[in-house]
Amino acid sequence: MAQFTLPADSAVRDGRTWPAPGDAKRPRTFVVYRYDPDSDENPRRDRYTIDLADCGPMVLDALIKIKSEIDPTLTFRRSCREGICGSCAMNVGGRNGLACISAIEDYPGAVAVHPLPHMPVVKDLVPDMSHFYAQYASIKPWMRSRPSPPDRERPQSKEERERLDGLYECILCACCSTSCPSYWWNGDRYLGPAVLLQAYRWLVDSRDEAAGERLDDLEDPFRLYRCHTIMNCTTACPKGLNPAKAIAGIKKMMVARSV
Amino acid sequence: MSVPSDFRTPIARARGLGSAKDGTRHWWMQRLTAIALLPLTVWLVASLIAIGAADHAQTVRWIRSPAVSIALLLTIAALFHHAQLGLQVVIEDYVHGEGKKLTALIAVKLLAIALAATAAFSVLRIAFGG
Repeated sequence: MAQFTLPADSAVRDGRTWPAPGDAKRPRTFVVYRYDPDSDENPRRDRYTIDLADCGPMVLDALIKIKSEIDPTLTFRRSCREGICGSCAMNVGGRNGLACISAIEDYPGAVAVHPLPHMPVVKDLVPDMSHFYAQYASIKPWMRSRPSPPDRERPQSKEERERLDGLYECILCACCSTSCPSYWWNGDRYLGPAVLLQAYRWLVDSRDEAAGERLDDLEDPFRLYRCHTIMNCTTACPKGLNPAKAIAGIKKMMVARSV
Repeated sequence: MSVPSDFRTPIARARGLGSAKDGTRHWWMQRLTAIALLPLTVWLVASLIAIGAADHAQTVRWIRSPAVSIALLLTIAALFHHAQLGLQVVIEDYVHGEGKKLTALIAVKLLAIALAATAAFSVLRIAFGG
């Protein structure tokens, strides 16, 4: 059966507590998932209380403050700090999002920070994305056309270009895929909303010549049809995109070519 | 550290056994049977309420009328086909392990056919039988 409970050595325990500094004007507690692969200990939740009066407004600001001022062992990915690189995707307050564009003030009380759900954890807030990226590579996310490139540019009408809106903005942060129960239970074979949205991005690109082959590769009870329109993906997307609609678009194309 | 048992590359794992080139028919039939069941279920429930007070002879006469017999057979076909398609999805979602999954899929399919045959035979027996 699908595994609904954690194995004994993955159960999360209470960890260390770092109290607020004595002169804190606006103390706020962050409860952060910690896992150290070099020890035999179970994962734990450490509690850090920091002074928001001396901290940037976003959850990522708080994590950076904790790392540089309290606990340098705290590990997480981050890069652009403006919602375009997708590195700091994590689960904050029970919702997947980008820590760098999640305002601390939007969370009442203690802020719970966990890695993206149902991914193997490398360390602390860093999940192993190898399979996710391999799935992305498997859909051949590049323009496929006849062997020789044309000797001029590939023209595209305004309408054809507009079909890519709402798709090209995807930054592959995996917030959507890791919020999807179907991806949790069958992520080994189901491509998940992020990769399917990317597949659709190439299916509707007027310059691409491989729509049929792309649909052939996607037509599979697990790769595509594990989507049951749960729509957690659309709720989770920090860029406001609609992966569920893109997947529905692929299903429509499947029917269009067989009915 | 335990020794890894799977040394395939990530892309080999992601590609797996390739695409089954199947699934659209399942998806389409699930929607088609759902559309068919909309009017059929409303009709069946309304009819059962209407004949709720009827005695055995009246009920048999009702089933025997050609329109009712046909509608009942259509309901049985759509219902069991739809149920089988839906349960298949649930099994594929939640039952992991090829042996258990295959057993469950076979059981559901055969059970749906057996129940549909039994239900259809009952209607036909009343429609044509003595």
